[in-house]
Amino acid sequence: MAATVSKTSYATPSGRVIELDVPHWPGNLAGQHLDVRLTSEDGYQAARSYSIASVGSGLVELAVDRIPDGEVSPYLTMDIMPGDQLEVRGPLGGWFVWREGATEPVQLIGGGSGVVPLMAMMRQHAAAASAVPFRLLYSARTDDDAFYAKEIDDLAGPALDVTWIYTRKGPGSWTGPIGRLTRETLAAAVIPAAENPAVFVCGPTPFVEAVASWLVELGHDPARVKTERFGGA
Amino acid sequence: MTDGKHVDGNALAGPLSEVFDFDVTSASARCASCGDTTELARAMVYEKPHSFIVRCSHCDAVLMVILQKTDATELDLRGTAWLRAPR
Repeated sequence: MAATVSKTSYATPSGRVIELDVPHWPGNLAGQHLDVRLTSEDGYQAARSYSIASVGSGLVELAVDRIPDGEVSPYLTMDIMPGDQLEVRGPLGGWFVWREGATEPVQLIGGGSGVVPLMAMMRQHAAAASAVPFRLLYSARTDDDAFYAKEIDDLAGPALDVTWIYTRKGPGSWTGPIGRLTRETLAAAVIPAAENPAVFVCGPTPFVEAVASWLVELGHDPARVKTERFGGA
Repeated sequence: MTDGKHVDGNALAGPLSEVFDFDVTSASARCASCGDTTELARAMVYEKPHSFIVRCSHCDAVLMVILQKTDATELDLRGTAWLRAPR
């Protein structure tokens, strides 16, 4: 289906938030994605999946990080302008989703732009004023590279516990450690396995695979750990 | 396969919507090689130009190959012994 870019804004030095007007969009669940298909002048087509940061009907919000040698993301992060048309397919995927009726505690773990589908879950949780415990562990390279940092800070509170991991540099006031997520940090930050949380992990493939295997070592039921990997796009 | 570029079965939702009218990420598949049965979202997916190779997350055998041709989508399902689509 055809989508029209209604607004774009820089979210990070290499990432952009893109709002799309998609006529007849049926609405989407928190965590779903869509595919964007680009066709070059010689007919070559490239399609990539992007997570949706928004929930429900209305404008569809994507947040895209630029992969320097990617086929689609450089166009989405540098070239597109409001009014441009994109070919999209979606909403897609009914597995990596959080549904409002679910009652178990939820642990979200995001690396880089992997926070995008988790953002949709946090927004739905907040909009519903849900009493379900939510925790977010978000690993970003630097504070400037974090998507939705201000909104996450605003949502943090009794309903949403947030742990930040900065692998290179934190904000000016940061006194915590700098460096990659470790198994020990993960163990200290996440909802314990004994509480049987639903866990959603999204990020670059190596991040997701390290986190998922640590979670299982920490006693989490693999069936309750849902993962979504992304590569270069 | 350790090319580090793989993603997972979540990426199959769009391409396989041209073949199936259920959500493939929630569907369970049984590997014909090792018998492991799990949601397709958990499979490992290697994207090549115009094709996807889907591998078992347990034994790495090929579960399916998706070919995207200009006039059709083709699916080789030899590695999948059984498929369950939730209603």
